[in-house]
Amino acid sequence: MQQRNRLEPFFENLSFDREDNRMVINFGPQHPSAHGQLRLILELDGEKIVKAVPDIGYLHRGMEKMAENMIYNEFLPTTDRMDYIAATSNNYAFAFAVEKLLGIENEVPRRAKVIRTILLELNRIISHLFWLATHALDVGAMSVFLYCFREREYALDLIEDYCGARLTHSSVRIGGVPLDLPEGWLEKLSVYLNNLPRQIELYEGLLDENRIWRMRLENVGVIPPEMAKSWGCSGIMLRGSGIEWDIRKEEPYELYDELDFDIPVSTTCDSYGRYKLYMEEMRQSIRIIRQLIPMYKDTKPQLMARVPQYISAPKEDIMTQNYSLMQHFVLVTQGMRPPVGEVYVPTESPKGELGFFIRSEGEPYPYRLKVRAPSFWHTSILQDLLPGHYLADVVTIIGSTNIVFGEIDR
Amino acid sequence: MMRPYRPKDNVQKKSYYTDRFWVAPKIPKIDVKEDEVFASDTKKIKEKFDIKDAYIQRGQLVVEIDPKINKDLLFFLRDELEYDMLMELSAIDYLAQSGEFEIFYQLLSMSKRKRVRVKCRIKENEAIESVNSVFRSADWSEREMYDMFGIVVNNHPYLKRLLMPDDWVGYPLRKTYPLQGDEAAQWYEIDKIFGKEYREVVGPEMRDPAYINENDTNNFARYKHEVPKGAPADSEPIEIDSFNEDAPLVETFDLKKSKFVNRDR
Repeated sequence: MQQRNRLEPFFENLSFDREDNRMVINFGPQHPSAHGQLRLILELDGEKIVKAVPDIGYLHRGMEKMAENMIYNEFLPTTDRMDYIAATSNNYAFAFAVEKLLGIENEVPRRAKVIRTILLELNRIISHLFWLATHALDVGAMSVFLYCFREREYALDLIEDYCGARLTHSSVRIGGVPLDLPEGWLEKLSVYLNNLPRQIELYEGLLDENRIWRMRLENVGVIPPEMAKSWGCSGIMLRGSGIEWDIRKEEPYELYDELDFDIPVSTTCDSYGRYKLYMEEMRQSIRIIRQLIPMYKDTKPQLMARVPQYISAPKEDIMTQNYSLMQHFVLVTQGMRPPVGEVYVPTESPKGELGFFIRSEGEPYPYRLKVRAPSFWHTSILQDLLPGHYLADVVTIIGSTNIVFGEIDR
Repeated sequence: MMRPYRPKDNVQKKSYYTDRFWVAPKIPKIDVKEDEVFASDTKKIKEKFDIKDAYIQRGQLVVEIDPKINKDLLFFLRDELEYDMLMELSAIDYLAQSGEFEIFYQLLSMSKRKRVRVKCRIKENEAIESVNSVFRSADWSEREMYDMFGIVVNNHPYLKRLLMPDDWVGYPLRKTYPLQGDEAAQWYEIDKIFGKEYREVVGPEMRDPAYINENDTNNFARYKHEVPKGAPADSEPIEIDSFNEDAPLVETFDLKKSKFVNRDR
């Protein structure tokens, strides 16, 4: 005999037996277009939403707690599991925050910077392709999903050739990158970049003038600029509301101040405008990587910063010099001890502003590490954004916020 | 022999060795006068509010205030000084050191391209005023802060746990929170869903993802009992040399052909 389920249902102060014509439905957490584990409790009047309560926490792994009990280098692979669509951007955001905490951000060698920036932009392309694929699938365009995933696979092949992993890259280290680019990698990358614009044209050809696509995206999920500011939106959610703000341009890090690229902005504030921005950002990423490829050849082969207090010496030194070996031993067994103080370091991840707040007490373990994940803030806006829309638009709006649950629940 | 007493106010992992003579360096606190924008902003704040300290650390202005004026100051920063976005809000646990929480608000001004961090300290049993009416984005952050630290936020529209289950006991990000679960936590789901008597049926949780029970041929692949392809299940098992890395996984797999097809049309 089957056991009765003893879980007491918790219905968020919503009663199911009501006098009026309203209906309460539960969207998720196992809904295919909930982009992970999003549970939405929707109160409907007919097909119109009158109240929406997003519920998260189904993927909570306590990453901030884990960080407090790990040395800085140990935590880096964990950041892969936040925004697993673009893992390198998390690795980078964390590594960059620790570098700022240590005050060594200017010590990072130029070759490492070139490689990091290429990887960041490649990750942006991967993330945007994934977004378009899943969003189009949610809205009902199956073939776009297949085309996008095909193109994403080739980009993942490139990442795999560089660091050996396809999803959880860990391809950035505190103070540089672990590996140089393999032989012929840049050629493969340029072949990929030459193919990509035609593919983007193909997607746009399928979607731009598509009647169903436009009907389901235009004037759906309108976020006025004031609302976007008040809810702490960032990235495309902010630029889709007509506010020109990109951290790569405004507070440049890595090589972005030397690169020439545009920040697309949409003033329509709706899902369709945001879709156009994603397309344009991919083109800008191609443009950025194309400028970076010739930069690589002029750099010296050094890959990691030379700060013996915090960063291990290169392998050759460790093998030949006694003192380097001793320092390496201390850094591996005890971990680096950053100065006492705190930093908040924002970076522009494909989803928006990804920031790390680190409080250090001079110990090898961070005293407090707070992750400012863009998706967390973009999910909370749903409670204001959804009321007034129809049930069918919920899928479009969740899709266009581009949320990933790895970084919402952390 | 008596067990040594260990204080429970901070049970987090600690460095196993620290040099007696080692003094941790500090990130310098730069005077606000070094930066024009921050200097004028601090001056305007000081005219209206009584602040404890203001300095620049790693390029961002840090303002330390009394927790009572948090909402008024954020209103002022938003409306008068154009710090119009709240980017981050959370707390740090200093209960072990001084019985206090430090709460920080990370603000951004897009017109000035500047970031400000407002910090205040409250005692363990004190509550903080919600800034939800200033920035709507504080809604979930304050809920998360309540969930993780147990800091009560006054006048919050819907103060409820966000990430943890509603009936969770304890606040995970406090330093007193244990790093390993006790028995009740281990059996939490089983007890809730099936009842205590089901503990024996389900058994303890297996946390090794690579674990294979060799004798269990029902639930897992016939590990170490493999038969040739197409042969009946009870025929003679074959030896598989799983440690030979050179053996091709798939006979027809050609590395060169499978990657980077030239797709120029």
